[in-house]
Amino acid sequence: MKVVLPTPLAEYTRHRREVEADGATLAELLADLDRRYPGLRFRVIDEQGAVRPHIKVFVNRVQARSLAVALAPADEVLVVAALSGG
Amino acid sequence: MARLLVPVATRKGLWILQADSRRRQWRMDGPHFLGQVVNHAVVDPRDRRTLLAAVKAGHLGHTIYRSEDYGRSWQESSRPPAFDKAADGAEGESVGHVFWLAPAHASEPGRWYAGTSPQGLFVSEDAGRTWTGVAGFNAHPDRRKWIGDAQDAPPDGGTLHSINVDPNNPRHLYFGCSSGGVFESRDHGGSWHPLNRGCAADFLPDPKAEYGHDPHCVRVHPVSGDVYQQNHCGIYRLDRARNRWERIGRHLPPETGDIGFPMVLHPRDPETAWVFPMDGGTVWPRMPIEGRPAAYRTRDGGATWERQDRGLPPAQAWFTVKRQAMSVDALEPAGLYFGTTGGEVWASFDEGASWKCLTLHLPHVYAIETALVD
Repeated sequence: MKVVLPTPLAEYTRHRREVEADGATLAELLADLDRRYPGLRFRVIDEQGAVRPHIKVFVNRVQARSLAVALAPADEVLVVAALSGG
Repeated sequence: MARLLVPVATRKGLWILQADSRRRQWRMDGPHFLGQVVNHAVVDPRDRRTLLAAVKAGHLGHTIYRSEDYGRSWQESSRPPAFDKAADGAEGESVGHVFWLAPAHASEPGRWYAGTSPQGLFVSEDAGRTWTGVAGFNAHPDRRKWIGDAQDAPPDGGTLHSINVDPNNPRHLYFGCSSGGVFESRDHGGSWHPLNRGCAADFLPDPKAEYGHDPHCVRVHPVSGDVYQQNHCGIYRLDRARNRWERIGRHLPPETGDIGFPMVLHPRDPETAWVFPMDGGTVWPRMPIEGRPAAYRTRDGGATWERQDRGLPPAQAWFTVKRQAMSVDALEPAGLYFGTTGGEVWASFDEGASWKCLTLHLPHVYAIETALVD
């Protein structure tokens, strides 16, 4: 399925904002993304399995509150990172 | 001829100042990690090649990058420092950023330590590629009590910093926690105890508290193993025989005081050290007293101090020198370097007798280190 990533993660994907990854849940999708782009997952998900502060993940434009959210192949996942702090 | 590298870690990237061992001509390499917070960058003195950098981009999680060619190429750690996952239902901790990087003893090639925010200690046995928690501290039953909670931490979060190894015993380790105090291990990190007796903590209700102190910078002499610290409440030297800190900062001029952040030790002489006093009055401006920056040097273990300000701005200089933003090289005579929150890097090639500005206009400087490489 299509995954849209924020610019701070661009170096992991050779500057592609839109990438493909697979998974039946958001957790599986993030694991697949990390296989394809090693290191990416830890920049988004902390060691307790939580989405890091000021980062949001949307599935079909609805914010995902849990990594257990089920996904279908036609879904679109959007990762957004706030840019703040001056 | 050996080359001298001076990595300058800033709030928005890493630059590496470079010179030959005469230190006359400098060039600047960078930026690396432009726009990203680089809290510390350190070259391994054992292989004189591996460079580690603690990096965090915006709101992304932290990571550690490593280079074996002085920054021409970088590889990311495949397992950055991270706390253990908490049991179901329990509240776990998450590393906010890596604050401090320290090579282990000269006899332990490839072993490094990292200190984080919140206060955690991590070790790598493979030159920074993968990191694991040091359970002797991170899982110590008293750790939460020692470091306190968010109310005790500085505004940017509590940090574990100033990781030092006794040059005469690789198993003898020290670090500082802000907040928490100085801690010591004699079994390679397996167990830790507070080491704060004699050190003031005028912000705590118990002036003789065993822990809860705020060491700003702890340094262990690379030859003798003598221990010094610039603390929130003054400048101290550890009386090892009595296991008690002695306030050597009392010998600075009273109008200067002994508040500050960095402290550096001479590479060969354990009686010689430098500090950079800051205004710690009222609301703690944390800038040079009366806007007149100066280092102070002792050559007798803190019994006397001399002001060293030749070449520095004589007035109206309002910057802060952070705890890891002052360093010393191993050349003869020793070179001193400090970076400011205003993005300047200053150096002295005569052990502080005179200073010159090496560069301007960098971002807010967080950390400066030095390294001799081949």
